[in-house]
Amino acid sequence: MSEMKETLTQPILRNNPIALQILGICSALAVTTSMQVTVVMCIALTTVTAFSNLFVSSIRKHIPGSIRIIVQMIIIASLVIVVDQVLKAYAFEISKQLSVFVGLIITNCIVMGRAEAFAMKNPPLPSFVDGIGNGLGYSVVLLVVAFFRELLGAGKLFGIQILPVVTEGGWYNPNGLMLLAPSAFFLIGLFIWALRSWDKTQVEEPDFKMAKHTAVEEAA
Amino acid sequence: MSSNDGIKKTLIVAFSLCIVCSVVVSTAAVVLKPTQEANKTLDRKRNILAAAGMLEEGISIDKQFEQVETRIVDLRTGKYSDEVDPKSYDQRKASKDPATSRDLSQEEDIASIKRRADYAEVYLVNDAQGKLDRIILPVHGYGLWSTLYGFMALESDLNTVVGLGFAEHGETPGLGGEVDNPSWKAKWPGKKVYKDGEVELGLIKGTVDPSAPNADWQVDGLSGATLTSNGVSNLVQFWLGEQGYQPFIENLKAGEA
Repeated sequence: MSEMKETLTQPILRNNPIALQILGICSALAVTTSMQVTVVMCIALTTVTAFSNLFVSSIRKHIPGSIRIIVQMIIIASLVIVVDQVLKAYAFEISKQLSVFVGLIITNCIVMGRAEAFAMKNPPLPSFVDGIGNGLGYSVVLLVVAFFRELLGAGKLFGIQILPVVTEGGWYNPNGLMLLAPSAFFLIGLFIWALRSWDKTQVEEPDFKMAKHTAVEEAA
Repeated sequence: MSSNDGIKKTLIVAFSLCIVCSVVVSTAAVVLKPTQEANKTLDRKRNILAAAGMLEEGISIDKQFEQVETRIVDLRTGKYSDEVDPKSYDQRKASKDPATSRDLSQEEDIASIKRRADYAEVYLVNDAQGKLDRIILPVHGYGLWSTLYGFMALESDLNTVVGLGFAEHGETPGLGGEVDNPSWKAKWPGKKVYKDGEVELGLIKGTVDPSAPNADWQVDGLSGATLTSNGVSNLVQFWLGEQGYQPFIENLKAGEA
């Protein structure tokens, strides 16, 4: 049982798919301008990851090795289309704002990565839990990024005005950069920095070391 | 594992998986379609009301839309037409079909829309006495990246703008996407469309000087979005012009529509 709990909680901070594995950055930049949209995106991605893991894992013993990636893609793609259809039917406003990004969950490396790395080797239940865990890991980063972007970029949270902005007679001058994609890079960078300061084991060995500067000695 | 890799097994797995997935996907699409369609219609109604400045939060959109009358106009004659049913008419689809639309020549096609449907929907709002109060005309045209679909609302003199709102576009957020900015949209009401029978209304570079003789026909351009601004000017010029609603507007003024 504790193993199951570990599968669920490890990806949230210790082995976060965005912060440690640096996967799924594209949608993290695109959909984090407002909390409301982000929450829906997180739910959509968590659902897809969990169920794709579940289905891939339950037929893993029958998947021919030569077409396993295609099989995973078909399962993921079908789930994404279903989720997209449901959003269009029951959360129309938000699905308009998410536009293509729900469809792009198909290409999200986290979903594919978990199906290939975990679900192909583990029984259905742990795979399902692993999918939820990784979805939550993705959600944590997105929610933190969206919190700062919406608050600093528009002075709002969940569409409710928190900081009164100048254009409406308040004192806060919104930072337009926060609403553009580059700000998400800075915020994710800061998030990773904070996370690795807290958990030193995540710090990677440098790929190469700077050689000693030798030009002076050679000249002498 | 080896038994899985045979050609027969591979084909069986691939085939059955495809069948199962396509059944799931098509079921979802078919079951949810009515709800999605209802959402789209509701969204369209909301945009129409918003362009006319009549949208009130808290009241159901359908209820608010009851005061709006939908009519079909034949753009070739500029008169109302009963040829098509407004309930089922889809102008976007019609403008792609050669049977229900017309190819625009290069000089005519200032809004870069290639084809114009023969019939267009117009939305009329009548006051308590049954007199025309506002009219809302669907417009569209190409900006920088995308076709902008919107609604232009005019007052009963058929010359003064009530509002312009875009329901759908894919312009750059923060630049061309500012067509959605409420403070920019607030610059439209009160502007005039026609001057000596020609469409004069358009966006200019920079800010409109209120003392300029043409100030009533000019709207501030969007800074950093010249091509989107041009696109908006062009679509206004096209749709309110000779190829668009102008014949209809003139008929309506003369009471002959």
